[in-house]
Amino acid sequence: MGEYGNENMVRDWQSDPKKLGNPIKPIEEKWKLVSAFLTVKGLVKQHIDSFNYFVNVEIRKIVKANEKVCSDADPLFYVKYLNVSVGTPDVEEAYNISKSTTPHECRLRDLTYSAPITVDIEYTRGNQRVARNNLLIGRMPIMLRSSNCVLAGKSQFELAKMNECPHDPGGYFIVKGQEKVILIQEQLSRNRMIVEEDRKGGIQCQVTSSTHEKKSRTNVIVKNGKYYLKHNTLQDDIPVAIIFKAMGVVCDQEIVQMIGTEDHIIQRFAPSLEECHKANIFTQNQALRYLGSKTKQKRFFSSAPKKSPVDEARDLLATMVLAHVPVENFNFKMKATYTALMVRRVIQAQGDTKVIDDRDYYGNKRLELAGSLLALMFEDLFKRFNWELKMIADKNIPKIKAAQFDIVKHMRQDQITNGLVHAISTGNWTIKRFKMERHGVTQVLSRLSYISALGMMTRVNSQFEKTRKVSGPRSLQPSQWGMLCPSDTPEGEACGLVKNLALMTHITTEVEEAPIIRLAFNIGVEDVNLLGGEEINSFQVYMVFLNGNILGVIRDYQRLVRIFRMMRRSGYINGFISIYAQHQHRCVYISSDGGRLCRPYIIVDKGKPLVKQQHIHELMQGVRNFQDFLNEGLIEYLDVNEENDSHIALNESYIDPQMTTHLEIEPFTLLGVCAGLVPYPHHNQSPRNTYQCAMGKQAMGAIGYNQRNRIDTLMYNIVYPQAPMVKSRTIELINFDKLPAGQNATVAVMSYSGYDIEDALILNKASIDRGYGRCLVYRNAKTTLKRYANQTYDRILGPLVDAETKKPTWKHDILDADGIAAPGEKAENRQVLVNKSMPTVTLNPINPLQAQPEYRDVPQVYKGPVPSYVEKVMVSSNAEDAFLIKLLLRQTRRPEIGDKFSSRHGQKGVTGLIVEQEDMPFNDQGICPDMIMNPHGFPSRMTVGKLIELLAGKAGLLEGKFHYGTAFGGSKVADVCEELVRHGFNYQGKDFFYSGITGEPLQAYIYSGPVYYQKLKHMVQDKMHARPRGPRAVLTRQPTEGRSREGGLRLGEMERDCLIGYGASMMLVERLMISSDAFNVDVCNQCGLLAYSGWCHSCRSSGSVSTITIPYACKLLFQELQSMNIVPRLTLKNYCD
Amino acid sequence: MDVIEEGRSRVILKENGVLNATACDYPGSYTFDDTWSHEKFKKIFSVQIVKWNEREMEFDLIGIHAAIANAFRRLLLSEVPSMAIEKVFVYNNTSLLQDEVLAHRLGLIPLKADPRLFEYRQPGDEDGTEQDTLEFQLKVKCTWNTNAPKDSTNPDDIYKDHKIYTRHMKWLPIGSQGDIYKAKDVGPVHDDILISKMRPGHELDLKLHVVKGIGKDHAKFSPVATAFYRLLPEIILTRDVEDEQAERLQKCFSPGVIGIEESKHGKKKAKVLDARYDTCSRNVFRYEDLKDAVKMGRIKNHFICK
Repeated sequence: MGEYGNENMVRDWQSDPKKLGNPIKPIEEKWKLVSAFLTVKGLVKQHIDSFNYFVNVEIRKIVKANEKVCSDADPLFYVKYLNVSVGTPDVEEAYNISKSTTPHECRLRDLTYSAPITVDIEYTRGNQRVARNNLLIGRMPIMLRSSNCVLAGKSQFELAKMNECPHDPGGYFIVKGQEKVILIQEQLSRNRMIVEEDRKGGIQCQVTSSTHEKKSRTNVIVKNGKYYLKHNTLQDDIPVAIIFKAMGVVCDQEIVQMIGTEDHIIQRFAPSLEECHKANIFTQNQALRYLGSKTKQKRFFSSAPKKSPVDEARDLLATMVLAHVPVENFNFKMKATYTALMVRRVIQAQGDTKVIDDRDYYGNKRLELAGSLLALMFEDLFKRFNWELKMIADKNIPKIKAAQFDIVKHMRQDQITNGLVHAISTGNWTIKRFKMERHGVTQVLSRLSYISALGMMTRVNSQFEKTRKVSGPRSLQPSQWGMLCPSDTPEGEACGLVKNLALMTHITTEVEEAPIIRLAFNIGVEDVNLLGGEEINSFQVYMVFLNGNILGVIRDYQRLVRIFRMMRRSGYINGFISIYAQHQHRCVYISSDGGRLCRPYIIVDKGKPLVKQQHIHELMQGVRNFQDFLNEGLIEYLDVNEENDSHIALNESYIDPQMTTHLEIEPFTLLGVCAGLVPYPHHNQSPRNTYQCAMGKQAMGAIGYNQRNRIDTLMYNIVYPQAPMVKSRTIELINFDKLPAGQNATVAVMSYSGYDIEDALILNKASIDRGYGRCLVYRNAKTTLKRYANQTYDRILGPLVDAETKKPTWKHDILDADGIAAPGEKAENRQVLVNKSMPTVTLNPINPLQAQPEYRDVPQVYKGPVPSYVEKVMVSSNAEDAFLIKLLLRQTRRPEIGDKFSSRHGQKGVTGLIVEQEDMPFNDQGICPDMIMNPHGFPSRMTVGKLIELLAGKAGLLEGKFHYGTAFGGSKVADVCEELVRHGFNYQGKDFFYSGITGEPLQAYIYSGPVYYQKLKHMVQDKMHARPRGPRAVLTRQPTEGRSREGGLRLGEMERDCLIGYGASMMLVERLMISSDAFNVDVCNQCGLLAYSGWCHSCRSSGSVSTITIPYACKLLFQELQSMNIVPRLTLKNYCD
Repeated sequence: MDVIEEGRSRVILKENGVLNATACDYPGSYTFDDTWSHEKFKKIFSVQIVKWNEREMEFDLIGIHAAIANAFRRLLLSEVPSMAIEKVFVYNNTSLLQDEVLAHRLGLIPLKADPRLFEYRQPGDEDGTEQDTLEFQLKVKCTWNTNAPKDSTNPDDIYKDHKIYTRHMKWLPIGSQGDIYKAKDVGPVHDDILISKMRPGHELDLKLHVVKGIGKDHAKFSPVATAFYRLLPEIILTRDVEDEQAERLQKCFSPGVIGIEESKHGKKKAKVLDARYDTCSRNVFRYEDLKDAVKMGRIKNHFICK
């Protein structure tokens, strides 16, 4: 894509001598930086960083913020949290005995991988002050590979010892044996002003304030040319002038100065002032009273003494409206300035629609990760925990007891434990204090293939409703460049709302604000509290914002920005702090909040990239790592906002000495993990890459080095996975070549028989015989042996022996002596896997006279038309101390007609025909393709990348090396062709073939070579279904529905319409009644009601009763109508007359 | 050569396709008499063996129709019987390979046993007789090597029997088989085919039944790795190609196909030496100026079989 631009640029320079600088030599092997980045950061570093931040820093802050619990009953009583820490994961084997655990043990035993949360507290017991250390208050599920995980910093060998795959990215949780991912949530950034058009075309400025305590939304809106403030705690929209007055800015002049003294602004604002005058509000007190009358009545009557409306209004103004703007001692100066700015923005936007902000702009978005979501959850639970302690204290302290009241005895740890576990396992995030309720926050980690697991870790979920049909949030935003993968998004309803991170994206965690504020003031920012409205809105100054709060103003904003960037590059301030000037707003924005997307870039100084070839050499020698590049200020992170304030060159040739500030490390990193698999994606039509992103996740292959130790509900593996012949840098970086999902098939692009239409593929039977596309399907069977309340328990019996033959019955044929199926045995449909029986009475205490309780058989039975083999059996115990038995069942499948395959270019197809080797075409070398693909798949799909992959793969075979199909790079077609020629092949990749059937040469040359094909999880064996007759639903007596219930195939409404249209009435009767739920009923022709065995109960006669056949569902309908007091009467007419 | 004769006997390789690919030399298609006669056939038909060793054979089949040559190829692939492992009785398998995968791998091992000396196994027969079955045993257990150097991490040193090769297969003669055959006549073709890898504690205890079958049933019964033929290439230079062009021309073909000789005027001139081993890559067509100089064909009734 860049090539033409390149030349233009070069020409540009030549024509313009001023621009002519020394040509910049491209830095070779620059991609090693990406690899260095990934070795330091890992693919899911965002999750792990955010969780680490939560567990090590934020949890302390949360506890600190809620450190004291007091009681109303005793003013001297208190509990104070001194410290909190999260330990390393362990399991409680018995009461007070715990041992350290590994993630894999938790997976196998259905446990939760969690660590104790312990606190140090100080509290009063009677009149004593007591300190207790390491008190357990709950358990925290631990993210794999986080700082508290046992896997952190372990070598490959140590990981192998713990049954863990070294390539597993971590970043997920194990809850009740299930791997759960907390998806990255995308939302609008908080505490920022957004000017937008509302539905009626009016302009409004919205701020969603969010602090630890409060969350509120404040709007400044325009109504009839006047400005109002809208807030959810206020009943009506309040004129802004009144708000200003309530904030203590009483003078009209002051108000106008704050908003701006430009003519057009005064003009627009005048009516608002007038309105305020009309309402007769001139003083702060009047304004507050007015506000007080407009507050919403609280629903709950709080015990606190009732405040006067004025006080209440002031409180509301201080804490609820624009909650994030600090108000100390009711000094509203900052808040007033902020409100004024909101009004000013609205006025500006009214004059000039260009000023309206773009909601979908990625600089206005923040990503919420596991850490911050868990922090929300934990804070809520912790608050509830403390509230409960308080309630217990209130209740118990007044009581006089022998033992002194000791709060520690009342601390229940299971509330926090269960709260966290429940949230993660269901994905329902209910935060009471914010009235927040979100569903589907977590998902089960899909282990279909390595790629699907990786892809899930980089997934970004948008909060936007899926049902709404707006294109804005779904379309690709230019500001997503390099941050989010442009290809990887699902099709259909979630299209564009579910996104994936690009390869080098990093998500920031929060950085302490205080040092930044100090630094800003030192550089010359003037505090806004000390300035009047006129100075703030002066033309000579820029306003400085930090995380959405006004810091002050500065005259020389360029100096501020420059110094900040310098400090950041030299490491004096955190590398993730971003600063940029917004000229339209005349503002400098500094951000240090968490959840911003950012990405590393090479810094360019005076037209020269700071990273030199020598640095790369040092990197390759291992004397330098990615952190060194950051420390030395050669590379820095830019977030979306700052990225858009920089001039970034795509490669060295684009560098303009006057403008360029940064250089892209490698363009292929703009794609994500899934799109990185596609070779030559820049030659493909874009939707094809998107399709491949979806399909790569369904491909079978290796899922991890520990796959044989796993007992998953469903696992697909292929027998002989291969690394692709045409690799890409991404493939190597994410280790796809070590955990591949596919095989290199020799493909001939030609038509063959008629069984290859509509993308069907022809497979070579000999290839299949030799193991091509062979796959293993693992399933598990699980039972628990419980102990019941009445001291009875489940048991397993050995196989039932036939009395005559002395052999086990067929059903129990595969059971071992212990009653569990033996490994290696073949389990057929309806054979017993675990011969479990359960006591009939489990609740009431059993009769002590009865020696043996009665048992009922509840065997675990194998179901499935195709037999499976028992691979292994695990007997263990789970968290409830019950026996847990897991069986791993295995099927080996060879490809058959109808199995789905796909190349890496979104070209899927099913097997149409399997052909004997002798019928396959062969070429001069005796090569016989594994697969034949119809050429009609190409013109409309325009997957040129596939053609190049074939060519490069062929050359790679001959040369004995892997070619690269890296995006925006990779092996060139011309070089590849030259290689083919060198080995005596046609340069176009087309060979002379003979028909295997006639033996004569084919008229055309056949484009043939290896293409990497994935076998997808959709296989005929799991889908094929037919039924002659079978089970029926109990209620309606109609055939059941669905393959799993051996259901019938429905003749639906539209099919029915066809038959009606055709006039095939007998056919209709047969399909809809006779073959379904025909039922003989007696009908009394006199009363029209149903009769029974020839006798009408309502007429008390059998005179005119006749038998007819109707659908059972029809009879049911009549009876149900009767039960609702509607009498359907049947009138029978002899159709002969 | 006249047009008709060319059409009958040559395939012409054009830049974008093949001319005269299908046969048209059926008797009676032309004005002249071309009925098949035994005499004529005897005169032109010949089989010349070019290479013949234990693993490979190359021979020329000249003077027959493609259908016949193809029939031989197809028969070789799918209907000539050979022996392969068909049944695996797993007594113990604690190795990493699943039973089915292991059995599949074993099935693909080429065996030396002469299929002519055996019968097909009757359908429904589970045990086999000495006329139709060879039995092998594969019983290996991987253990730690106690004499391994202390600091070694090489699997070859620290484990014993961690790689299972075909040489671990032991022949168990059924009935009088021990008298009729020698062990080396019925074993695997190569004794170093890797079957599986194991680690200490892993164990294999298998019985393998070898039966006779044909390639149509499963590719493992195919007696050949592959069988194919190609038509004899024919390259005709239609004009003189000299100097740089000649060298370029030479590079367009496989080595040894085009030679360069000094012509009388002291110019280098290309000539066809031997077209037999040309790969027919048609790379001449890359050069506009050489396109017209070459006519590439293949002789329709000359099959080089391998």
